[in-house]
Amino acid sequence: MAKGIIFDIKRYAIHDGPGIRTTIFLKGCSLRCQWCQNPEGQETYPEIMLRPSRCATECNECVSVCPQDAVSKDANSIEIDKAKCDLCRKCEDVCVYEALEVVGREITVREVMDEIEKDKVFFDESGGGITFSGGEPLMQLDFLEALLKEIKKKDIHITLDTSGYIAFDDLDRISDKVDLFLYDLKIMDDEKHEKFTGVSNRLILDNLRKLAGKEKSIAVRIPLVSGINDDDQSVQMFAEYIMSLEKIKQINVLAYHKGGCEKYKRLRKEKFPKTFQSPSNARIEEIKKIFADYGFSVKTGG
Amino acid sequence: MKERIKKLREQSLSIKPYVTPERAKLITEFYKANAANNVSSLVRRALAFKYLLENKAVCIGENELIVGERGPAPRATPTYPEITAHSLEDLRILDTRKKTSFAVDAETKKLYEEEIIPFWKGKAIRDRIFGKMSEEWKAAYEAGVFTEFMEQRAPGHTVLDDKIYNKGFLDFKKDIKTSIKSLDFLNDPEAPKKSEELNAMEICVDALIMYAERHAEKARELAKKEKNPGRKKELERIAENCSRVPAHTPRDFWEALQYYWFVHLGVIIELNTWDSFNPGRLDQHLYPFYKKGLKEETLTSDKAKELLQAFWIKFNNQPAPPKVGVTAEESATYTDFALINTGGIKQDSSDAVNELSYLILDVVEEMRILQPSSMVQISKKTPDAFLKRALKIIKTGFGQPSVFNTDAIIQELTRQGKSVEDARNGGASGCVETGAFGKENYNLTGYFNLTKVFEVTLNNGVDPRTGKEIGLKTGDASSFKSFEGLFEAFKKQLNYFVDVKVKGNDIIERLYAEYLPSPFLSLLIDDCIAKGRDYHDGGARYNTSYIMGVGLGSITDVLASVKYNVFDEKQITMQDLLKALRNNFEGDETLRQRFLNKTPKYGNDDDYADEIMKLIFEAYYDAVKGRPNTKGGFYEINLLPTTVHIYFGKVVGATPDGRKASEPLSEGISPVQGADRKGPTAVIKSASKMDHLRTGGTLLNQKFTPHLLADEDGIAKLAHLIRSYFKLDGHHIQLNVVSADTLRDAKKHPEKYRDLIVRVAGYSDYFVDIAVDLQDEIIKRTEHKSF
Repeated sequence: MAKGIIFDIKRYAIHDGPGIRTTIFLKGCSLRCQWCQNPEGQETYPEIMLRPSRCATECNECVSVCPQDAVSKDANSIEIDKAKCDLCRKCEDVCVYEALEVVGREITVREVMDEIEKDKVFFDESGGGITFSGGEPLMQLDFLEALLKEIKKKDIHITLDTSGYIAFDDLDRISDKVDLFLYDLKIMDDEKHEKFTGVSNRLILDNLRKLAGKEKSIAVRIPLVSGINDDDQSVQMFAEYIMSLEKIKQINVLAYHKGGCEKYKRLRKEKFPKTFQSPSNARIEEIKKIFADYGFSVKTGG
Repeated sequence: MKERIKKLREQSLSIKPYVTPERAKLITEFYKANAANNVSSLVRRALAFKYLLENKAVCIGENELIVGERGPAPRATPTYPEITAHSLEDLRILDTRKKTSFAVDAETKKLYEEEIIPFWKGKAIRDRIFGKMSEEWKAAYEAGVFTEFMEQRAPGHTVLDDKIYNKGFLDFKKDIKTSIKSLDFLNDPEAPKKSEELNAMEICVDALIMYAERHAEKARELAKKEKNPGRKKELERIAENCSRVPAHTPRDFWEALQYYWFVHLGVIIELNTWDSFNPGRLDQHLYPFYKKGLKEETLTSDKAKELLQAFWIKFNNQPAPPKVGVTAEESATYTDFALINTGGIKQDSSDAVNELSYLILDVVEEMRILQPSSMVQISKKTPDAFLKRALKIIKTGFGQPSVFNTDAIIQELTRQGKSVEDARNGGASGCVETGAFGKENYNLTGYFNLTKVFEVTLNNGVDPRTGKEIGLKTGDASSFKSFEGLFEAFKKQLNYFVDVKVKGNDIIERLYAEYLPSPFLSLLIDDCIAKGRDYHDGGARYNTSYIMGVGLGSITDVLASVKYNVFDEKQITMQDLLKALRNNFEGDETLRQRFLNKTPKYGNDDDYADEIMKLIFEAYYDAVKGRPNTKGGFYEINLLPTTVHIYFGKVVGATPDGRKASEPLSEGISPVQGADRKGPTAVIKSASKMDHLRTGGTLLNQKFTPHLLADEDGIAKLAHLIRSYFKLDGHHIQLNVVSADTLRDAKKHPEKYRDLIVRVAGYSDYFVDIAVDLQDEIIKRTEHKSF
């Protein structure tokens, strides 16, 4: 049975598509957006997250249990030598204070289905369902495809949140099983896109055009970051491009928040991102108005 | 809100409750007089009721529309020395305690010292109860295994149906006469007693009509003196109302409300029935008057709203009578638990929501006062618009209305043997208790501390707090080889303590039937008149007794932890566990954290814990359900706590779920505070694994931060969440929508938050009025953040 790596399953997710949803976060992403809110989703492999503030000074279990001698700790902090750590999870198991946590676990389709089915009654009642997010869910295509098949058998609505950065054939392989795409657009200017996300946006834009041509239900999601993509010109470029696709009616804007920064620290990521600002509420309303004037249906979140 | 209502509301909010000696003085005078001694206890109680209504002050406040107060003035709170003769120390405590205090003046204290205490000592029912309880009962009561609802409050948990809107009191009198005529003195040995009861009821009918007429006279007097022509007209109308009702059927909306209010006063003056007497399905009862008024253009929706608001203030003017001792701990609130029902379904099973249902919600939203409490009944037929309207009020963070599942309520009632019509006309009252309105005596007898029972089991019958042997010797905890063996021992203790409780209840029920029958309340509840029997003596059509299980989340997590850590994973031996508990986890924080963070917990949709919850539910159900009471009815269970989970926590030492000694237990069927980590759908899934339909009510509390309900989409999703819970047969859910920061600030600066009402358990209270530990507990209750 197909297995994949996920880093979270969130129930009562109410901002990731219609109704009450369970969102499955798949690990791994090709983009490195500098404002990334889910840095634990970037790498395809499990990683250790540290919360030293929860750690009790008198306890030394993690250090003594580690077969690789990778954990060290003093009064104020715990550290992991990533070169030594082989992710055996023994430290996580013994840490009753939840100061050490391995994010990312291998999981079978069956196990994911068990979690999904727990909230079926809420999906049925609310017109909700499952949302795949990440990371970039399409990075684990076989696993995703196997899951989508099983979910469809249960007649559950599927939303896919994607960066669109993948070969179109791969995207197309699963597109008829997805009921709604939440398709992320970050920056229209290609050079700037590459600067802030690490990749060109050409493939992303092409894929969106092709997907729209297949009459798929798509909402474009735009994370608004102050000084990056919230000026009138950027907003108009988004609007013009989406207009040109003719089929897409819905735009969801999401305000940047600093929730991701703490996670970088906990993951001990070497490259610490710069902190961005969210546009003001007033500016967000102005942006929504611009989109609305183009005839789009616009909402915050979702 | 009209200026008049604003002023009356402000008055009701600003007067600090105080003890009035009026009732204590009158009732003592009456009992001392010879007239009281020459009649049966049934007639004595009726004459006492009459004496009170003849002699108590009549109060018509400035600009009031609905008139009548229980005491001589708004917020003046009477005492009931025939039930509890407060000692001077009690009065001092009432006067000086920080929360739910009542001012007691020197004159009242003097009266108590010289008249009330000497006369009632030993005669008050509280004294009689404690005098008759067994040693086993006292040991369990003092250990905090259970509480006793009737030691300071008369049993009166019931709600009115629609009968007064179709019948005047003079019609009740005709029914009484018919019943008297049909008495068979030749063949029915009970006939003389029934005759006494019916005579007593008749005295009460006349007494309430007389009391209303006293208000009519007063209103006429005031009208004569009144300079303002508008108010003069109003006073004349009030006089007319009071002459019309309760003697005759009400003719319009205003009279209907005034009629109910006189009846309400009658009930709460006769005895301190305390819990929840209220008009019940108000939107149903008043709708015909509302429609007629609009059609005939004698009423506008604005006027109806103003009258309802005036009616609301009358409830808020009557704080729950002062409680002391354990009763004060288990029910630390000014609220008297009147819970107005809206929505639901009609007797013919069609959707009952009407324009008035929405208007009542408008009133709830504008008034923002503690009493009366309000709820919406949501059936599968209820329009979403109604549920969303309710959520928009809940969203403002004032803890009302609470949300109930009509379809579950009806199934609970019919399972208990009620006719489907009576079930459809019923609802919930008090906190969450299911009842057949107008036809049932559903008597809450006390809270039951499930976690304490397990603590006693772990200690082989001994209460570790006191070292006293209070339970059965079910075996040394270390001797159990399996979880099943330990659970069997727990069940034995459980059954033993329920036995003790029920034996006590039987005696107490008889004491009330003998010494404090309620002929006035009996008029109102079918079939007391037809049967010629008192409400306390099996007169009601249905007679249900409840013992309320408390701390389901705590006991589940405690047992789950023992099963997981001692028997399954063998993380710790039973001996070491007991030692750690005795030491309150001193020096073993790591063990405590294991119990908190690495052990299955109820509220996470985790079958390991939830299956244990089901075992406990079944054990408790089996221990209580179906036992006969002394009124021809049976015992049922429900699961709710008011504030007793704080008190029950104080008497329980450290527990294997990681809770330290004296900390609160969980409330209702909610998970332990902070133990639910998978969001509201997981909580709902866990909670719905029990069979709600075999209870008479369960209480699930969920706290939401305001931003989850910020927009229409959030409200719609919350509505879906509730509908899903109800699809799973959940009985009730209540929502606290407020941020923890707001609460922390309110704790620090109570003066800034005088009107901050939060949902405590089955009711709402002013946050600044509740005890500090309860404040902390509410802050701690899981906040479900947006994902």
